[in-house]
Amino acid sequence: MTAAEITSANDAGGPRHGGRLRRRLAQRVNIAFVVPTVVIVVVFVYGFVSWSAVLSFTDSKTFPSFNFVGFQQYQSLWSNSRWHASVENLAIFTIGFVGLSTLVGLLLAILLDQRIKAEGLFRTIYLYPLAISFIVTGTAWKWALNPGLGLEKLMHDWGFESFNFDWIANPNRAIYTLIIAAVWQGSGFAMAVFLAALRGVDAEIVKAAKIDGAGPFRTYWSVVMPLLRPAFLTVLIIMVALAIRTFDLMVAMTGGGPGFATDLPTNFMYQFAFGRQRLGLAAASAIMIFVTVLALMIPFIASELRRESRDQR
Amino acid sequence: MSRAISVEGAIALPTVKTARRKRVIGRIAVYAALVVFALAYLFPLAVMLLTSVKPLREIQAGNILALPVEPTIAPWTAAWSTACVGVECVGIRGFYANTFIIVIPAVVIATLIGALNGFALTKFRFPGHRLIFGLILFGTFTPYQAILIPMAATLGKLGLSGSLVGLILVHTIYGLPFTTVFARGFYIGVPQELVKAAEVDGAGFFRTFWSVMLPISAPILIVSVIWMFTNIWNDFLFGSAYAFGSNAPIMVALNNVVNTSTGEKPYNVHMASAMLAAIPTLILYIVAGKYFIRGLMSGSVKG
Repeated sequence: MTAAEITSANDAGGPRHGGRLRRRLAQRVNIAFVVPTVVIVVVFVYGFVSWSAVLSFTDSKTFPSFNFVGFQQYQSLWSNSRWHASVENLAIFTIGFVGLSTLVGLLLAILLDQRIKAEGLFRTIYLYPLAISFIVTGTAWKWALNPGLGLEKLMHDWGFESFNFDWIANPNRAIYTLIIAAVWQGSGFAMAVFLAALRGVDAEIVKAAKIDGAGPFRTYWSVVMPLLRPAFLTVLIIMVALAIRTFDLMVAMTGGGPGFATDLPTNFMYQFAFGRQRLGLAAASAIMIFVTVLALMIPFIASELRRESRDQR
Repeated sequence: MSRAISVEGAIALPTVKTARRKRVIGRIAVYAALVVFALAYLFPLAVMLLTSVKPLREIQAGNILALPVEPTIAPWTAAWSTACVGVECVGIRGFYANTFIIVIPAVVIATLIGALNGFALTKFRFPGHRLIFGLILFGTFTPYQAILIPMAATLGKLGLSGSLVGLILVHTIYGLPFTTVFARGFYIGVPQELVKAAEVDGAGFFRTFWSVMLPISAPILIVSVIWMFTNIWNDFLFGSAYAFGSNAPIMVALNNVVNTSTGEKPYNVHMASAMLAAIPTLILYIVAGKYFIRGLMSGSVKG
């Protein structure tokens, strides 16, 4: 029975009287079903974030206290050299990770969009790292990049005697090994978004460009690329948000070291909350992280919602 | 080009040939690039797998891609039952079991509640419904650092610190925004007539959900289950913050295996542990990758 048939059957003999009251009652019941989740989200996400914000204005150490000290924790946070180092590391990591993932993802998407045989197989291979945990990824790459026994030795065995790769143990280079592992894991996401966008590009436009005499590079650069703008925005925003939240990968791969060479704000927060028992300072760092992600996501979520309401009209 | 062939065939013919050759070279280049990238993506997995079946002396003597001369599964059995996780050398099996105990209830509860909510959010347009959805959507992007301390305090107050029940609760709560967003995205595409018909028929909200919506929801339920399973199985942050000792989930245990071994490091056991930790989500991905990708994309590109 199709929906239309059901409707017409009901129109014939369905219960009509008292419909309004019933409908209003039904509305109440509906609301009752959403309320719990809304309450849960409001309490456990927004309530807890507010709680952290309150803590960040107190002098809490091992236990939460409510002795307010104004912006003192934020002042000591921004005069803490470890925090500065972690923010700088995050900046390098974010630029490298997001930039390279976007580049690799776009390249793979364009390659896959050339009517490839076994496209499904290639896609499966590029995307499987996303199903693996950061801890496994970090463990694997830490071993693969082991200065004595890893990639370096492999290259020596293959005849590249002068190949030197000790980055993971080198304080000036270790952050780049984090980028390598993160790009390996995350670039598939960029590929998937770009591929979906490429599939949405009108084939007629591309054909028209070819007839006009544009070569493949020219076609992609000046015809297809501008159409991928929304995809670029999506990839950038989501991957920057992902970069800011990076924690597990760093723990497993470098533990923040050598020294504090790969320390990240998330690790700073974790260490000061659970290791050093300085809850106030940890809360201040947590709020910094939160505000950064919030500032990034608000325009994105607002535009998503706006697009949706436009689509519905 | 076609005109060139007909008018000056003698000159044009080689041009056609070079054009075809150019196209063939182009195709080869495309496939070569794809294969090179594929090998790069497979490299860490190959390294893990090869290292995990080699005796330690072969690891010291050979390189990370050398095939094992005397393949052995001893590192796998060691990882499973005797590897040192912190101070106790009990293998990762107990932590494996923990993770299933955490994952299963959290996935089931969050998926069902999320489906119900997603349906409710699409069904009626109360004032501010979009704002509420925005709040829930941002819940999927929240950096958990910002809730870490309050949740620790709350679990402490509830007497759930360090327990599996505590972790189930945490994963269910922070999984809800995901499952709700998935379900809403799905139900928004279901024709409203279907819902209205059931209602005119006298079915209430729950009835409509149960007998009209749920039977057609299989695809989104699968997406939700796979996404939640993968996320919770792979969790490290909550596990390391809220579970202690023998109650730790698998990723915390794996990290302890790798970071606590002293003396000569049993890299083969490390890699076997990592493989064991990765296998459940890898299998899910291979069996139901399509649904996994759909979950991955639904937070970012809708419609």
